[in-house]
Order: sequence, then C-alpha cells, then structure tokens
Amino acid sequence: ELTKEEKQRLRKEKKQQKKNKEKKDEKASRESDKEKKSAAPASQPPTQHTAQKAVPASAPVPLPASEAPVPADKPAKSKAELKAERRARQEAERASKQGKKGEVGQQAATGKAKAPPSELQPVVKRLPEHIQVDNPDVLKKLAKKLERQQVCIYVYYGYKVSLFSHLHQYSRKAPLTQQLSIPSTVIHPAIVRLGLQYSQGIVAGSNARSVALLHAFKQVIRDYTTPPKEELSRDLVNKLKPYISFLNQCRPLSASMGNAIKYIKKEISNIPSQCKEEEAKRKLLNCIECYINEKIVLAAKAIAKYSIEKISDGDVILVYGCSSLVNHILCEAFEKGRKFRVIVVDSRPRLEGREALRRLVQRGISCTYVLISAVSYILPEVSKVFLGAHALLANGYVMSRVGTSQIALVAKAFNVPVLVCCETYKFCERVQTDSFVSNELDDPDDLIVTRKGKTQLEDWQKVDSLGLLNLVYDVTPPDFVDLVITDLGMIPCTSVPVVLRVKNVDQ
Amino acid sequence: MELQAVLMAAGGGSRMTDLTYNTPKPMLPVGNKPLMWYPLNLLERVGFEEVIVITTKEVHKMMSTDPKMKLEPVKMKLDVVCIQEDGDMGTADALRHIQPKIKTDILVVSCDLITDVALHEVVDLFRAHNATLAMLMSKAHEFTETVPGQKGKKKTAEQRDFVGVDQSGKRLLFMANEADMEDGLSIRKSIMRKHPRMHIKTGLVDAHLYCLKKAVVDFLTENKSISSIRGELVPYLVRKQFSKTTNSQKNKDDVDDQNQKKNDGSMNHELLITSRDEPLLQLAQERSCWNDHHGDMSEAYHGGKMRCYVHIMDQGLCYRVNTLAAYIEANRMAPKLFEEPAVHPSAAISERCQMGSDSIIGAQCQVADKTSIKRSTIGNSTIVKEKVKVTNTIIMHGVTIEEGCNIQGSVICSNAVIGRGADLKYCLVGNGQRIEPEDTHTRTHTLMHI
Repeated sequence: ELTKEEKQRLRKEKKQQKKNKEKKDEKASRESDKEKKSAAPASQPPTQHTAQKAVPASAPVPLPASEAPVPADKPAKSKAELKAERRARQEAERASKQGKKGEVGQQAATGKAKAPPSELQPVVKRLPEHIQVDNPDVLKKLAKKLERQQVCIYVYYGYKVSLFSHLHQYSRKAPLTQQLSIPSTVIHPAIVRLGLQYSQGIVAGSNARSVALLHAFKQVIRDYTTPPKEELSRDLVNKLKPYISFLNQCRPLSASMGNAIKYIKKEISNIPSQCKEEEAKRKLLNCIECYINEKIVLAAKAIAKYSIEKISDGDVILVYGCSSLVNHILCEAFEKGRKFRVIVVDSRPRLEGREALRRLVQRGISCTYVLISAVSYILPEVSKVFLGAHALLANGYVMSRVGTSQIALVAKAFNVPVLVCCETYKFCERVQTDSFVSNELDDPDDLIVTRKGKTQLEDWQKVDSLGLLNLVYDVTPPDFVDLVITDLGMIPCTSVPVVLRVKNVDQ
Repeated sequence: MELQAVLMAAGGGSRMTDLTYNTPKPMLPVGNKPLMWYPLNLLERVGFEEVIVITTKEVHKMMSTDPKMKLEPVKMKLDVVCIQEDGDMGTADALRHIQPKIKTDILVVSCDLITDVALHEVVDLFRAHNATLAMLMSKAHEFTETVPGQKGKKKTAEQRDFVGVDQSGKRLLFMANEADMEDGLSIRKSIMRKHPRMHIKTGLVDAHLYCLKKAVVDFLTENKSISSIRGELVPYLVRKQFSKTTNSQKNKDDVDDQNQKKNDGSMNHELLITSRDEPLLQLAQERSCWNDHHGDMSEAYHGGKMRCYVHIMDQGLCYRVNTLAAYIEANRMAPKLFEEPAVHPSAAISERCQMGSDSIIGAQCQVADKTSIKRSTIGNSTIVKEKVKVTNTIIMHGVTIEEGCNIQGSVICSNAVIGRGADLKYCLVGNGQRIEPEDTHTRTHTLMHI
C-alpha cells in the first residue's frame, strides 16, 4: 500500500510526464536544440551524440520566440535529476526516428555555405553566443573556445538590468590587455592596438571601425609567413580566427565589420594553392584596397550624388549624432552651393553631436544644436531628417544609434520625411523587430556625471536594486522610414532583401 | 614583434658613492637580491622573453660569476652589451650604440627602478594613441628613515621638475627642470591655446621607464648632440609635439610645402615616421566620431602627429634607488614585491633569537642565541654572534658581527667586521672595514681609504 505522500508524488510525476510529452510534441523540433543545450549536463553521453546529430534536421527557430523556451527550460532544469532517464529514453526514440532524416539534413547543412538554404530541409538558426550571456553552458563553451585560441576572456562588470541580462557588459577601466603579455606574441600587435582603440572608443562609428579593421588586416597579412607544410589559403584563415575573437571580446563586432571579414575570408580561401606567397599577399592587399575604395569611398560619393538631388535650397535638415556618411553628404551639398541649415540633435552619454557640429560648422554650414529631449519642440521647423545607419536588417528595420527610432517616430508624427543613408556593405541578413534581443551594452560608468563637484551615482554598485543601463543601438521599423539612399540608388526600406539576394547571387 | 626591452645598467650611482665605490650600483643588494633583479623581474612577469642589457664589463662579470648574486630566477634571455666604464656615455648615447639591434619600438627601463606598476597602463597609452613616447611617473613619498652617516639634517635642495599634463592627466604637455628656468615658468601660447586647462605638478618621481618609437632611435643616430634620455631627449620630444612644422592642417600637401618642411626642420621629418598605409589611417580617423578634446574647432589631437603620454601612479610601489635614503626605503619595502619567505631556508637561526617578521635573512647565515633582529635585512653568509641587537639595519653579504654589538639604523657593507661590543647608531660602514671592539660611533661614515 503506498502512503498518501507517495501517491501524491506519483500523481505529480505522471502529470509532469504528460506535460513534457505534450510540450515535446508541440515544439519538438523547435525546442530540441535549446533543450539539448540545457539538458546537456543532465542527459547521458551516448544519447547526447545522437541528439546532436539530429540537430541539423530540426526546424528553424524564429528569433522572437526564442524568449519563450528560455524560461521554460529553467523549471525543467531544476527537476533534471528526476526526469533524466525519461528524457533520455524519449530522445533516444526520437533520435532513432530522426536518425535517417538527420543524415540527409546534415548534408544539407554543410551544403548551406555554398548554395542558398536548400528548400528540401529547413535550416536551423542557432542563437549567437553574444546574446546568451545568462546561459552558463554557452558561457562555458565560449570560455573553452577562447582558451583554445589563447584569447583572454573578459570579466563582466556590474549589475545588469534584468531585461538585458543576456548581453555582455564590460568596464572600460579593466581592459583586456591587462591579461595579455606585453610584447604580445599570440595576438598581432596591430590587432591589439585596434582592440584597445575599439574598447576606449577612439575608433568609433561603423565606417571607421571597418576601415581600421581592414588596415590592421593589411598589416597582419604583410607580416604573415606561411609555415612549412601549410597552405596559405587555409592557414591564414585559421590565424585570423583568434584575432577576430579578441576583437569581439574588446567590443562586439558591427555588421559592417562582419561583412568585411566574410569578404576577406572568402578572398583568402579562393587563393589557388599553386600561387606563390608574395603574389598571394599582394593580391590580398589589393583586394582589401579595392574593397575599401568601392564599398566605402566610392559608395559615399555615389550616395552624396543621390542625396544632393533631395536637398533643395532653403531646407532645414535634422541630423542625429555623428554619422560620417551624413556629414559627408552635407559637406558635399554645401560645396555644390545648396543653401540649407542644419539642426544637430544630440543625446547623452556619448554626446557625439558635438563632433558632428564641429565638423559642419568648420565648413561654414549654419547649425543649431539641441538635445534629444527638445526634438518635438524643434521639429515643426524641420523639412527633412537625414539619418545614418549602423546596419540595415533583412526585414527592412534600420539598426542605428539609440535614439534614432525616437527621432523617426516624432518625425512621422509631424509628417516630416525621414531619409536613411546607408552603404550596401552594411546590409545584414539578420532579422530583428525589437531592440532587446540583440544589442550592445556599453560601460555603465559612462552615465555617471560630476556636477559642481558632486557625483551622485558614484557608489551605484553598492545599491542592490540599482542597475545602470547604457544601450548603444536601437531598431527603427520601416514604417517610419521614407527612403533609403544607397550606392545602388534610392530604394524603399522593404527592398533590402532584394538587394541582399542580388548580392548573394553576385558572389 | 611589438616591443624590445632595454635595461640601462651602466649607471654609476653618483649620488650614493658611499655604497657604490666598491660594488657597482646594479649589483647592490636590496632585500638580498641585486638591484638589477627588480626591473628584470618586472619585465619577466609581464611577458618579455628577451632583454637587451647595457652594462659595464665589471657588472657583467659579477652577474655571471658571482654565485651569491642570484640571477637564476630570471628566465629571460639577456643580451648583454658592454660599454666603457668611463661614464661619458649617457643613456641616449647607449641607445645610439645599440641601434643596429633595435628592430621595433623599445621599452627602456633603468636598473634602479623598483616598482609593481601594472605595465600595461603605460604600454596601452603608447599603443592606443600611437604615441611617440609614453613614460611612467609616480607621486613621491617622503623618506622618513634617518639616513645613516649624515650629521645633522641635510636638506638637499633638489632641483624640482615641473611636469604639465592636460585635463585627463594622461597627455604630457610640458616638462622642464628648475635649473633650466631663469626667471620663471614660461609656457608657449600655442600650447595654452590648444590646451587651456593644464595641471602642473612638481612632486612627481620620474621612474625612468620609457616606451619609445623606433623612429626616435633612428633620430638619435642622426643627432649626436643628445646624450641623455631624461635630461635632453624627453623634454625635446615634449616640446616638439607643438612645433609648427609637425602640425599639418590639411594634409593634401603639394611638393613645395614638403620641401619647405624639410628645410625648416630636418629633425622633425625623421620623427614623423609614417606607416605604409597612412592614407588608410587618415581615413579611419576622419570617419571616427571621436575627439580627445572639446570646445574648439580642431580635430583629434589638434592634427598633431607627435604625442607624448604619461601614466602617473598614485598607488603602489615605485622607487628609484639612486640615493642612500631611497636605498634604505627600498630595502624596507622590497619584500612586499616577492613572495619568498623572509628567512632563507639555508640560514641557521638558533631558537633563542628574537626575530621580527619584517626582517629578511639571507642564505647560509648563522644567527646565534640571544640576538634580536628587528626591521632589518641581513645578507648572505653573514655571521651574527650572541647577544647582538640589530635594529633598522641593512647588513650586506659576508659580514661578521661579534658578540654584544648593538647596531641601530645603519648600513654595513659587504665583508665588514664589527668588533665585539661595538655600538653603532646611524652609521655607514664601508666594504671590508673593521670596527674595533668597544667602539661607539654615531652618525659616521667609515670608508676604506683607497
């Protein structure tokens, strides 16, 4: 005869089992990869192997729904010991069923790199590591990977606001270089310098970062010698991987940098094996020069040419922050003789508008300077809004400095046209509809300000319930953007996937 | 390779001749390790694998032959370059001498620097801002110990150094010595226009640790008039930051401009070494929305190509052992820098000896009963007999102290013999000297007559 408690326990277990089975049947394919990651410590090794093999066969995970599995995993994890065997059994059954599908799926996954995603097997989209900071397994994997590459891992700093606890947060006072040896041997000195400049903000802005990155890569390629018995095309790419990890640790890579790196890696892999080292290096350096010239310098000229058509005499143009492209456009328009005045909108803590203001006033353009809190006051005077972009996402959203979506929203409310200027190399295949999932957290100490000798937030870490949030990017929906000016012409926001498709076909 | 380390160990120790007339300064024992060991340890801890050591033949011989000088803990490869002992060669002359060996930027360290600075702070300034010079300074501490051998309070009127930094405290704007200023501190208007807020500090100790670009070494080979790094080269570089010819506003220069620049100051041209991808660097800087200052119309760094930076330490150890007072202070503080046990395992200490925890006993010492050793450093192979009281003293190697002595606040150099019952207060006993039994000395120097 079972006691009352034992009967209750049995009943509870049966209920959980049923719930689990239902959950599994519903989101079987979607949950499988996430659960496998979190259940990894709990499940047994042999089943893990088969489970991982089945991962490529799973259906794609839509990103907005990624929030849902995360909290669901937590209660599952805490009762892991109770359900370990049951889950293992279920996974083994499922794995055997999908085993056959898995083999086909794996071939499709490897073929993914060459051809566009195969229509036969849906491709899984795994969540990138930089937005899974609160998942200890992902952190462990990242630490192992960095250790293998001999790149030091950053120590996280300060209390993170719970909505953004899945992102990295670092302090500028503890640079990564304190763990590196001083004549840095593992990481090329040019890359160390670049990483320092990124983390201290000396090189900031999407274009500047890409140019600086390519400059550093040029130095790396110049100093590179192929070790014996290795091929340049494969070895150089492997050499670049720890550098890229290091730069990523210093400051998360931007979309433009990501595209530039993809291009470089492709060029390196395409070097024929019988090519001599000197010639290969020369070719690569040439490729980098061409890329910068085409995608950045000439693109800026083309965009300026298109934009000047849109600027008429007597215009009042509103700009936000310091976008190198928008500044370039305005200076060119002024030189071509257009009469307009500019309103520079700025926001804390970066106060980049001051730099934009300086550059424009130096050229002789008459400017007004306001903070973003005054934008609805100043907007009735404005005839056009020019915004720069950090990246353009595949669903037409514009990712830019935090505050841009506010400006676009208010401009829409006042029926002022909003024009976004962006080079095509910043187009990105990511899809995002909110600013929470993938963002960057800057040093929270930047928000501390000293006025009249008093620093109010000096001891913010001692207050348990206080978190400082310093976001860097936000996304603007395409409804607020009227036109995107690229080097390919003036396109509506929703044509971005078309451009991406054309680019892919080209490559 | 990023940086090459150069250790300057050929100095004579002109301000502590009492100690250095027999032992060269780099080999003076501090905490029972030769003075040279400290900067070498710093370099090794940070990750250097090779060091170029510029020293004299005598020191080189002592480094390799003398077993008592423990240089084994240093695992780096030491490339020793010997120069003449005559003392005419300044630090910059020494750099010129080793110029063929220099292939990249260099980190110059002086042999008398004892510090626990996080070296990446200095080198990060050098890297991030692409600086020509980055150096280390520290807030000076007052030396509180009485200096032995000094009769009465001697206030050394040291020439003060005036160091001007900008608001962030990192950029070096002005450096001059009191001796070079006749009627007052004069600062050029161009500097004040660019950096209206300048902090001028006088109480700083220059640690003589410099990161220099390779172009500076090449520049030294052309200009043989500069002979000292600290005295001449550094002030020159700091001045040249704001020199008119180094600031090119719009760098689309035509040929005439270039020629004019060349005639104006051929010195400047060498320092403005440009990397092969200068236009790319320019493009990156142009597109970057960063500026090091706000409030005026000029671009980052005011368009200047030469920049000098300084890292000022406010916490932590930083001593330059070039005077007797500094030597004593360093001996007091040096044990904090390494974790070796205060008492060497091979020392034979008898149980009835009272030893304070802040004393250091060297290898193969023999300390007999009823002795009291407080706040002192005792070197290797020293014999201390019974009933000796040693307080606040530095005893070097091979010393014999007979029974019943009372030694306070003194420095006893190597191989000296202190006779029975001697009473020494604040004395300096030279090498191989012998103090007669029952002698009482207060504040005396006893040196070997050459």
